Amino acid sequence: MSVAGELLLSGRELLQKWGRFTLFTARLLAVSPRALGRFRLVVAQVYNAGALSLVIIMLSGLFVGMVLGLQGYDLLRRFGSTEALGTAAALGLLRELGPVVTALLFAGRAGTALASEIGLMSATDQLSAMEMMAVDPVRRVCAPRFIGGVIAMPLLAAIFSTIGIFGAQLVGVTLMGVDSGQFWSQMRGSVELADVVEGIIKSIAFGFACSAIAVYEGYHAVPTAEGVGRATTRTVVTSSVAVLALDYTLTAMLL
Amino acid sequence: MTSVTHPVARAGTGPLAHLVDVAYAVGGRPVFDGLNISIARGSVTAIMGPSGTGKTTLLRLITGQIRPGRGRVEVAGEDLAALDTDGLYRLRRRMGMLFQNGALLTDLDVYENVAFPLREHTQLPECLIARTVLMKLQAVGLRGAARLMPAELSGGMSRRVALARAIVMDPEILIYDEPFAGLDPIALGVVLRLIRETNDALGLTSIVVSHDVHVIGQLADHTYLLSSGKVVAEGSPAELERDPAPVVHQFMAGEADGPVPFHYPAPDYAAQLLGAEVPA
Amino acid sequence: MSNRHATIELSTGLFVLLGFAALLFMVTQITARGLVLHENTYRLVARFDNVGSLKIGAPVSMGGVSVGRVEAIDYDSKAYKAVARLAIQARFDRIPNDSDVAIFTAGLLGGQYVGITPGGAETFFKDGDQVDLTQSAVVLENLISKFLFDKAGQEAKKPEGAAK
Repeated sequence: MSVAGELLLSGRELLQKWGRFTLFTARLLAVSPRALGRFRLVVAQVYNAGALSLVIIMLSGLFVGMVLGLQGYDLLRRFGSTEALGTAAALGLLRELGPVVTALLFAGRAGTALASEIGLMSATDQLSAMEMMAVDPVRRVCAPRFIGGVIAMPLLAAIFSTIGIFGAQLVGVTLMGVDSGQFWSQMRGSVELADVVEGIIKSIAFGFACSAIAVYEGYHAVPTAEGVGRATTRTVVTSSVAVLALDYTLTAMLL
Repeated sequence: MTSVTHPVARAGTGPLAHLVDVAYAVGGRPVFDGLNISIARGSVTAIMGPSGTGKTTLLRLITGQIRPGRGRVEVAGEDLAALDTDGLYRLRRRMGMLFQNGALLTDLDVYENVAFPLREHTQLPECLIARTVLMKLQAVGLRGAARLMPAELSGGMSRRVALARAIVMDPEILIYDEPFAGLDPIALGVVLRLIRETNDALGLTSIVVSHDVHVIGQLADHTYLLSSGKVVAEGSPAELERDPAPVVHQFMAGEADGPVPFHYPAPDYAAQLLGAEVPA
Repeated sequence: MSNRHATIELSTGLFVLLGFAALLFMVTQITARGLVLHENTYRLVARFDNVGSLKIGAPVSMGGVSVGRVEAIDYDSKAYKAVARLAIQARFDRIPNDSDVAIFTAGLLGGQYVGITPGGAETFFKDGDQVDLTQSAVVLENLISKFLFDKAGQEAKKPEGAAK
């Protein structure tokens, strides 16, 4: 086949996959209100997506904050305004690093778990068995996991940012000797509520995208060991690209 | 037709499931072409055939998971093609199905697995659910295993739990996909007895897909033998045993070569060895 | 089973609590929008020619001590002035009513804040009072252009003076 023909074909496939994903997400949203009624199922998924990711998020937040403290200090020292370190760290974390790094970690930790769990359920006929019991697996299995992810992500991102700021303070104030009062008062003076809101909006959007992608990939996985493995890999790759692309779009929209 | 109609069978006459001139193809390769099957109310009907003849596909047609390319599938008086998703789900509440390995939900224990259809479809109070679940578990002899997780069960136990789950909503039709595969003789005997007893005690209609000639001989009222997308023989197991057609004979006697060839189609053996070419 | 449920619910509860605590921290502690419930404050209205980049929530300080916050910033299109409403904590109720209110910048890159320099009057500000003595924010561009303009003016005058 000619190169142009192949390109056309893969373009068509991509478009088809995109359409399938959109339809699936629409179905997910349509059944979500009913799934939300089964509160216990959602709680279990908030636990899976959120509580189980807590340690990795807190550790990463601490280290990212500490790196920001170090790098920010070195950069600001050249302009003689190290007292702006708090502002720099807080803005970086709240608006960018908190939501983005949390989403990437979420895709790696919770997203893969979701995709492989659902893929395995499909490989072992559990989803077909539900259909045979007249239970819609999208409502019973996919929707609670999707909602759990959407709820967990903003909370995780908030925890990440908060711990990150303390990490930056640890390095900047305790190690580098920036004045503690200046660190906090400058931060409070220049960070606005809109910055916090921007971060929250982003993390909700990322939670939506990452959870929908993970659930979609798991649900449509080829029901074999290899197929589930592939679905898991695709979840990480697609989620990461989606998060970064969404990040740019949202930043441009919210600035 | 030699099917036995049991006195306890539910009201209504005529076949419970009916496939007329069904054709189905996957990726251009026909799985079925002109398939006619009729399943009598109250009977245990076996679908047999060599591997790869689409027995599982047939079950998926009967349960409406896939739709035929041509022909009609009727179950309990409803034309599946005329049903939307809701209608199909309503119909499926009257069916129970056992998957090859039980397909228990791995994140729920045995008790919750059996309770699952009740929790999803009814608003029964907890004490009624408990009573129903324990009764069904008692029927399959696993009341004591209520708090085990599916991973802790043997193959035979998983299938018995799946059976308890399949009958918890009191269905009219029970469908078994390869219920005997990979079971030891004791577990096989247990499952065999359970299928027959469940069918007769609850007045169900059962469809069993299997390729185990001997077990089916002990169990089925009526048997269909499928090969290359068509029904090649039907009747009671004893009648099939006597059938002179070569395909039927090969299958029933378990011969390695015959109308179903031992060799996958290949170029001439000697020519390929002499040429020593790597298969393209 | 029920034990496992309890563990899940407990840790989920903890997680959600932690998440909301972090959100609350972000909104109240990192931004200037201190969410102090039932804080007793009174209001002063100060008019400036230019508030620079003063933001809502910026601190109001007296002698370096924070005594309140900027509550609202508006523009009075009749008087052509920027209007800042300051919320001062009620316990700082002895601010002379001839005090001087100015907008300062904290550090070179820092945010701006409102500073109050006490006057000598015996009467004090009360709720809703208008501040008469205000100093606008120093806008760096204006400062530089003024400096350059003055310099140019001097340069222009010099030859004249030399001719005399």
